[in-house]
Amino acid sequence: MIEELARLARRDGPVTVLKKGRVLVVRAGDVVVKAHPPGTDERALRARLEAVRDLPGIMLPPLGLERLDGRLVTIWPAGEALTMADVDAGTTPWEEGGRLLALLHARPAPAGLPPAGGPARLARAMADLAAAGVPDDVAAPILAAYATLPPARDGGALTHGDWHLGQIVRYDGAWLLIDPDDLGGGDPAWDLARPAAWYAAGLLGPDDWERFLTSYLAAGGTAVSRDDPWRELDAPARALTVQLTATAVATAAKSGNSPDDAAQALLSACGRIVAVAKAGT
Amino acid sequence: MECPKCRGRMRTFDRNGVHIEQCDNCRGIFLDYGELETLSRMESQWAQQHYAPPPPAHGGPAWGGGHHGGHHGHRRNSWVGMLFSS
Repeated sequence: MIEELARLARRDGPVTVLKKGRVLVVRAGDVVVKAHPPGTDERALRARLEAVRDLPGIMLPPLGLERLDGRLVTIWPAGEALTMADVDAGTTPWEEGGRLLALLHARPAPAGLPPAGGPARLARAMADLAAAGVPDDVAAPILAAYATLPPARDGGALTHGDWHLGQIVRYDGAWLLIDPDDLGGGDPAWDLARPAAWYAAGLLGPDDWERFLTSYLAAGGTAVSRDDPWRELDAPARALTVQLTATAVATAAKSGNSPDDAAQALLSACGRIVAVAKAGT
Repeated sequence: MECPKCRGRMRTFDRNGVHIEQCDNCRGIFLDYGELETLSRMESQWAQQHYAPPPPAHGGPAWGGGHHGGHHGHRRNSWVGMLFSS
């Protein structure tokens, strides 16, 4: 599959596997080729790619869509991704992330675009947790925090649906968002909710969080209110805390490890979510 | 020494190099010259180390955790992967 994907790139140069899992992503020369999960809805993917072509300066546009062994394959120009060195050096472009999301959220979701994929990711993470054979006492705070969540709000804003630091690249000197697999109409606060969850768990420092949020608001971001951003952020950030904890705990269990420091910090956040919900009832 | 306020008996304590007289009767405290300043200085040093920083400009959730000077210790565990993947 890897060699065939690299052939689809029609480029010379070294072939690197960037991601192997539900999706397979291969870089060949200056092109990235992505095999989408089997069973991907072609109409939905085509609508998402079409929407991206209409977002110059915000999202990286695709080069093409092909099919290989029954799987949909998209082809992209290779951007320059962030690395751990950027994080260690404190040069993570939080401001650019905030600015690009604000620009994205200012667009209405085009007709025919499926809903944003954030809530479906949460459901998948809970299913993974249930299947991972995690001890009941470890899973309990995650399930209890999940039970506090309201249904996801509908929203007509264009929402990325899966934003994290792997979803921003530098291409041709400019930062752009990548990966429209979860792009769609939704509650745009979900795009801020993952960093918000990291922040609330004590994993992301307050300075980085403020850089991100301040830049989002300065660029006219509409997902949260200026005077009290947590009014809109609270529920999506709880949802992402649950999702991240479920994923971290399930991943540890599958590899036979106990939850590490980061997973413990998230488990504590789940515990606090439950405590606050109990105190409020 | 006799308490200047109630005439009770003063007992002497030494705490972190500060010489303190306390009255056994009214619990009043008598400090030597300069020792109030020494105590104030020690208190502000302690406060700088232990008090929380001012709250961030945009607040946080009721269920938020504490932040204690960055999380470099987390950088080499699953937190790293979490920053860059779904």
